[in-house]
Amino acid sequence: MQMLSFKHTARSRLPGKKDKAIIGVVASGNLEVLLERVIPGAECEVAIATPLTGYDETWEAVIADFVERFSPGGLRISINDGGARPDTVYLRLMQGSALMEAD
Amino acid sequence: MEDIASRGKSGWFDATARQRVTGLLDPGSFTEFIGPSERVQSPHLKMFDLPSAFDDGVIIGRGELNGRDVLIAAQEGQFMGGTFGEVSGAKILGLVRAARDHKDLPQTVLLLLDSGGVRLQEANAGELAVAELMRAIVQARCAGVAVIALVGGKSGAFGGAGLTASTCSRIVISEQGRIGVSGPEVIETNKGVEEFDAQDKALVWSTDGGKNRRLIGGADAFAEDSMDGFRVAAEAVLAKVPSLDLKTMQAEQERLTARQQQLGACDDAVSMWRTLGIKDPEAVRDMDGKDLTALANGIKEANHDAR
Repeated sequence: MQMLSFKHTARSRLPGKKDKAIIGVVASGNLEVLLERVIPGAECEVAIATPLTGYDETWEAVIADFVERFSPGGLRISINDGGARPDTVYLRLMQGSALMEAD
Repeated sequence: MEDIASRGKSGWFDATARQRVTGLLDPGSFTEFIGPSERVQSPHLKMFDLPSAFDDGVIIGRGELNGRDVLIAAQEGQFMGGTFGEVSGAKILGLVRAARDHKDLPQTVLLLLDSGGVRLQEANAGELAVAELMRAIVQARCAGVAVIALVGGKSGAFGGAGLTASTCSRIVISEQGRIGVSGPEVIETNKGVEEFDAQDKALVWSTDGGKNRRLIGGADAFAEDSMDGFRVAAEAVLAKVPSLDLKTMQAEQERLTARQQQLGACDDAVSMWRTLGIKDPEAVRDMDGKDLTALANGIKEANHDAR
């Protein structure tokens, strides 16, 4: 199991009051994303557990692009990966941040 | 922690366990116990270099079904086939034991089964969990708790999940749902393809599937494959839940003995349906839910309080 983690400073805190959300399922080609509003300020942490090795740069690029576009400041994002493609990862991150912004 | 809410007409078969829980229960009523942010995960899967899930593929909690307080457990059939492992099994077991021991908790337990059985990577813990769960369900039923199995997911209810379903007070199943002990591929591997061809989906569904289970009395209600369908069917079986005592067990033994005598010589589902007195058994496969329900309600063997 490969563990990756990334830290970013987003432009701002993600709006919304929801303190946690989960989306997706650990299955072949899928992943689960757990989002928790537990970090002060505009910092953002992403921790990934994936059974596949050799995709560090892809993960880094997908997370950096997500942070740039959605500014998920204040979130700790934890991922259990089942071998998802980058587009699926991006989709789940978008769905997760939408859930955190709801209400 | 709600997933994107999946309500009403949306399908049960393709839904995730979280979508089923939020789609089945009254909006906003669900409270999860030991949720994913507590990260109570399998301690075994990492030894096999397999990814784990934050909730180990089981969601437990309480909520309301049409205003009725319920406890609920849902297996995620897409994660490791919804299997019983050390953590996932203990979560369901703890829920049923809590209902058994605490009268101030809801005395209705809904088990949304979607499982191939015991998780092979943690088989000893999984087998123990199933055995303890069956014992706990029997004890809970004896204490007056209604334990209802809802079966309609991709993994069906096989192995320990099939045993669990059969231990419940009532079973609700959809056409896509399947209940069995040995799954089709297990039978084929052990007995040969002539005995049971697991690739023949029509054969598998006509034998293990919801229609046959309902018609031969292996399930008590037939649900449309939707959130609404399962809510309506669950509500209907909750109106009259049989108690469990020695008499019930004896009645169940007699029922199963009679069923074996009546249907034991049949070599497929259609011949069982013919033996049960269904006039046009070939038509059952294309029958919609309403007609199937009406047909099943008219068959003596399909309606009983043994279980």
